[in-house]
Amino acid sequence: MHLEESEEAALAGEHGEIMQMAYRILAATGGASDAERLIPIRWAHLSGVNYNTIGGAGEEFLRSISSRGAKVRVRTTLNPMGFDADSVERYGLGDEFVSGQASIADSYGAMGVTQSFSCIPYEIFEMPRGEQIAFAESNAAIYANSFAGARTNKESAFSALASAITGKSPYSDLRREGEGATSNVTVRMSAKEPDELTYGMLGYFAGREAGGASSVDISGVSASAMDRRQCKAMCGGMGTSGTCAKFRFVEEGDRDARGSGGGSPETVEFDDDAARKVRDELDTAENGDVIALGSPQLGLWEMSDLLERLRGRSFKKRCMVFCPRAVKEQARKLDYVRGLERAGCEVLADCCTCLSPLLGSDKVDAVTTNSIKGAFYMNNASGVGVDLKPLAKILEDETE
Amino acid sequence: MKVLVEGRAQGTVLKSEMPINFLGAVDKKSGVITDRNHDLYGKSVRGAILVFPSGAGSSVGAYTIYALKSGGAAPAGMICREADLTVATGCAVAGIPLHILDPDKFASIRTGQQLLLGAD
Repeated sequence: MHLEESEEAALAGEHGEIMQMAYRILAATGGASDAERLIPIRWAHLSGVNYNTIGGAGEEFLRSISSRGAKVRVRTTLNPMGFDADSVERYGLGDEFVSGQASIADSYGAMGVTQSFSCIPYEIFEMPRGEQIAFAESNAAIYANSFAGARTNKESAFSALASAITGKSPYSDLRREGEGATSNVTVRMSAKEPDELTYGMLGYFAGREAGGASSVDISGVSASAMDRRQCKAMCGGMGTSGTCAKFRFVEEGDRDARGSGGGSPETVEFDDDAARKVRDELDTAENGDVIALGSPQLGLWEMSDLLERLRGRSFKKRCMVFCPRAVKEQARKLDYVRGLERAGCEVLADCCTCLSPLLGSDKVDAVTTNSIKGAFYMNNASGVGVDLKPLAKILEDETE
Repeated sequence: MKVLVEGRAQGTVLKSEMPINFLGAVDKKSGVITDRNHDLYGKSVRGAILVFPSGAGSSVGAYTIYALKSGGAAPAGMICREADLTVATGCAVAGIPLHILDPDKFASIRTGQQLLLGAD
């Protein structure tokens, strides 16, 4: 990757050690994405916020760089952390976790980062169509590229942090005008009667099939057939299994509509059988001790829709509903929170189903959810069993 | 071949045919693979030359790689067939040598083999 004189100087350490680290990260990012130069970005969204995921090593790293004066140069927002500060004392998390988490939040605050604590920045902020951004949260990067018309790499926690500090990112194929991203495979969706769980599994399947390509083509379905919940589930599933940063809906057999770089010659079927295989991999428990909704976090429409579908019924067991604080505040003003609490929900801001210590193996044995993303991380990282079912089935089985 | 993070590393090859989601699949304290559906399930990456097609999944995996290094449980070096930003930047911050190999070269590497990265 070619660097300008001032960028070379920063990489050589002439602008201090924080800038040097940031440019080292950008150099590795540029090498990994075959970019020729850096370009300005206008918004960075960071992952690496939850103490449960980055631990003491991550907490110390952030404390170290913020105390040495690291500052963000562009608008920068944050992924969820481990708990909702309003109710954390009810969950018995332990002092180490609570103070470690507070330190991480403080470090980001000192760097000038907006403490949005949300994995759905595309729902709580206006998305800049056609603009260059740097989103680390995997579901949000895929959503931004595939549904919102913005351009981002599937950034890592460190590449997004380096972009926040420098205001720059490598000009990769995903950032180019037109159809820069290449796809090697078309996944044909033919699973019957799809719900959000099916779309989550489709995303998980397609992300895996995409291999190392930056994009994947999907046929047999179009965006207009999907609701917001289904779109988010698909982005969440894809971000969990793959490295691709984007998908495109294509018409079956339409070669011109397929990926550049020779098109996507291979077609793989996502049928009921393929869906069953994904489900068998992640559906590991008969019954959850608790229901968890929100991975990705719920937006305002999903809160309203959930309340509407409850129609006065109540959950028979605990149901945790995860959303951004910005959504919880609105939902409170609209009385959705009161309605959901009356139906037995615990509405939690700033955190999310996947990797919250509120759903750790010391707290629960198994969780019922409709999230493929949540299911992967609970099974593998949290060591918690997962009872996977779509929201409609959860409402049918678990309410009265 | 492409060197994404320079440096010398020596160790025994631990090879996987499956991408690795460092956040969900690797215990950051012990370096043991915790994903039951992974071909390296139960094995530790500590001190190895870890050879795998690419990273996958969570962007936070970069912190996992850094945490593995801080806790002394990191691989000595890594080799991938395809570059991805999570592994590249995690290795850059942690100072773990990372090479990207052509598919033929990648295919020829076997678990148990001794390898030296960064020799001239």
